[in-house]
Amino acid sequence: MKNEWPLWEVFIRGQHGMSHRHVGSLHAPDAEMAIKNARDVYTRRNEGVSIWVVEAAAITASSPSDKGPLYEPSESKVYRHPTFFDIPDEVGAM
Amino acid sequence: MTAAAAKAQPALTQQEAFVQFLLRMGDNTLILGHRVSEWCGHAPVLEEDIALANIALDLIGQTQIWLGLAADVQGEGKSADDLAFLRDAWDFRNLLLVEMPNGDFGQTLMRQFLFDAWHGLMLEQLKSSSDERVAAIAEKASKEVAYHFERSAETVISLGDGTEESHNRMQAALDYLWPYVGEMFLSDEIDAAMEQAGIAPDPTTLRDAYDTRVSDVLAEATLTIPESRFAQKGGRTGQMHTEHLGHLLTQMQWLQRAYPGAKW
Amino acid sequence: MYAQMIKSEATQDDPEKLAAFQARIDAGEKIEPKDWMPEGYRKTLIRQIGQHAHSEIVGQLPEGNWITRAPTLERKAILLAKVQDEAGHGLYLYCAAETLGISRDEMTEMLLDGRMKYSSIFNYPTLNWADIGAVGWLVDGAAIMNQVPLQRTSYGPYSRAMIRVCKEESFHQRQGYDVIRRMAEGTPEQKKMAQDALNRLWYPSLMMFGPSDKDSVHSAQSMKWKIKMNTNDELRQKFVDQTVPQAEYLGLTIPDPDLKWNEERGHYDFTDPDWNEFFDVIKGNGPCNADRLAARNKAWKDGQWVRDGMLAHARKKAARKHAAE
Ligand SMILES: [Fe+2]
Ligand SMILES: [Fe+2]
Ligand SMILES: [Fe+2]
Repeated sequence: MKNEWPLWEVFIRGQHGMSHRHVGSLHAPDAEMAIKNARDVYTRRNEGVSIWVVEAAAITASSPSDKGPLYEPSESKVYRHPTFFDIPDEVGAM
Repeated sequence: MTAAAAKAQPALTQQEAFVQFLLRMGDNTLILGHRVSEWCGHAPVLEEDIALANIALDLIGQTQIWLGLAADVQGEGKSADDLAFLRDAWDFRNLLLVEMPNGDFGQTLMRQFLFDAWHGLMLEQLKSSSDERVAAIAEKASKEVAYHFERSAETVISLGDGTEESHNRMQAALDYLWPYVGEMFLSDEIDAAMEQAGIAPDPTTLRDAYDTRVSDVLAEATLTIPESRFAQKGGRTGQMHTEHLGHLLTQMQWLQRAYPGAKW
Repeated sequence: MYAQMIKSEATQDDPEKLAAFQARIDAGEKIEPKDWMPEGYRKTLIRQIGQHAHSEIVGQLPEGNWITRAPTLERKAILLAKVQDEAGHGLYLYCAAETLGISRDEMTEMLLDGRMKYSSIFNYPTLNWADIGAVGWLVDGAAIMNQVPLQRTSYGPYSRAMIRVCKEESFHQRQGYDVIRRMAEGTPEQKKMAQDALNRLWYPSLMMFGPSDKDSVHSAQSMKWKIKMNTNDELRQKFVDQTVPQAEYLGLTIPDPDLKWNEERGHYDFTDPDWNEFFDVIKGNGPCNADRLAARNKAWKDGQWVRDGMLAHARKKAARKHAAE
């Protein structure tokens, strides 16, 4: 059996109210130690209030060749963005 | 000097007793922080290297406040650095446990665990110290130490209950260090004075909680606590340190000793 | 810099794919782990990021050499935090290299048996406390010069690691300058230490940028791929220009009698380091090569039971949990 500690991806919530963001990776024997290691490695300059770790092997990623089909369709749906609509100034903030 | 003559020494003033207590706290963190810092760059894996450095940094930070306060209370115009770098071994008041050499990673973590378990309990009590400066230090330090304990306990468990080799090494570390546990719960006239003033608890009162804390973790680690309760002592009174302390001080104090008065 | 003399790997890929790949790089796109990439790009990056990571880790040793002798509590804490950062840099970089299909353990073993290199600078000793100042000031200073442009490198994970590293580096250089400044302004003995440190570390710092461009055969491909952003001589000149006034401020003398401002070029002229010495150090004959590798080997060997023990426990715990379900 391979004896290297598994690789974990680390996600940190920087401030209350923000979502978790991927900050990097590390090795740890299990999830509990991965959380502790993440605390020691990635929050040394008070970067975080909450940590998620997930074993890298458990991540399913989209494949680069899907880039077109996955993301381009949304490019043509500009009406989803609020700036698509002109609102008269008289109406006030919306 | 006979034992009787030693006893005949004049009693300490309250201020002197307070300084002694502060030195005990600050010397523990100073010496242990120094020991742990020796690992930097040499740990078994990068993540542990970084984690150990964090512990050492917390301890050095605590040292600056404890010894700073000791120097203030002493009122001789000294600084925390003067106390750390310009006293000789007999003036140090740390537990023997923390001056024990690092040994292998297991011995370092076992020493850390045995100390953290006590340190956390002590600081918890000190949070309600009648001296608000002590209470404030304890407030800050107890958060750091809660994490130290969590981490060292988990590591002791996983190495105790890991491979046969890691189990054996952890048991050896426990057997080696156990005689240095008892000193944490000894009590003398300084402790009595602190207790009376409501500054710090009588150390003997921490033993039961300590035993519960430690035995839970060690049971999960499948390690056996040695039966003997024999306690090596002499660190917190300064009467008899181990041979190890002198070497540590030789290194730590070298620049300050070789170039007196220089500013760094 | 921490990656010296990285030989770029030849690549035998489909020319059409290669052209499309180059077009992405030219357009400033980032290459991500799952994207197609030429084999040469992948292998060159592994070598470069690996060497960079090894340099951070081996680089802990010369500075770590003074942690237990730091002269004040504050200096001890600062130095420890600094050397700890270097461990973090190694960690970020190993993780970046791991996205290219090599494990950290594999890279570590290649460092330990000499198949992979680390920067020549860390084969020099730190002999007095001012060396700690000089290392932060000069060595981290030189590293920053190289790492700042690398934040824009084409490989996404490498670029992100560099961004994280750069955020931490300016603390390193500043604390170093602060240490040496205090000494340059201190007692005659302290001043002597400061000058001694500069005398010993000046030329090794210049060597960090690698051999002169005219002898540096592998740059072109790497620059095209944007994994090398500037030439060695460019960065070395920039470093000298930046450092000379800083040394003057300290009242320290750079050990180069021919150093002088060249009005016409708008740069300092300076003496090249002894490249024979550089190649000797690279070959393993520097003053500390043997000690550095021995220390890394010892840490790795002594740590084996710890890594195995913790993993064994994690597996047992998982099995027990599984059985209980
Ligand atoms: Fe670094
Ligand atoms: Fe560095
Ligand atoms: Fe650095």
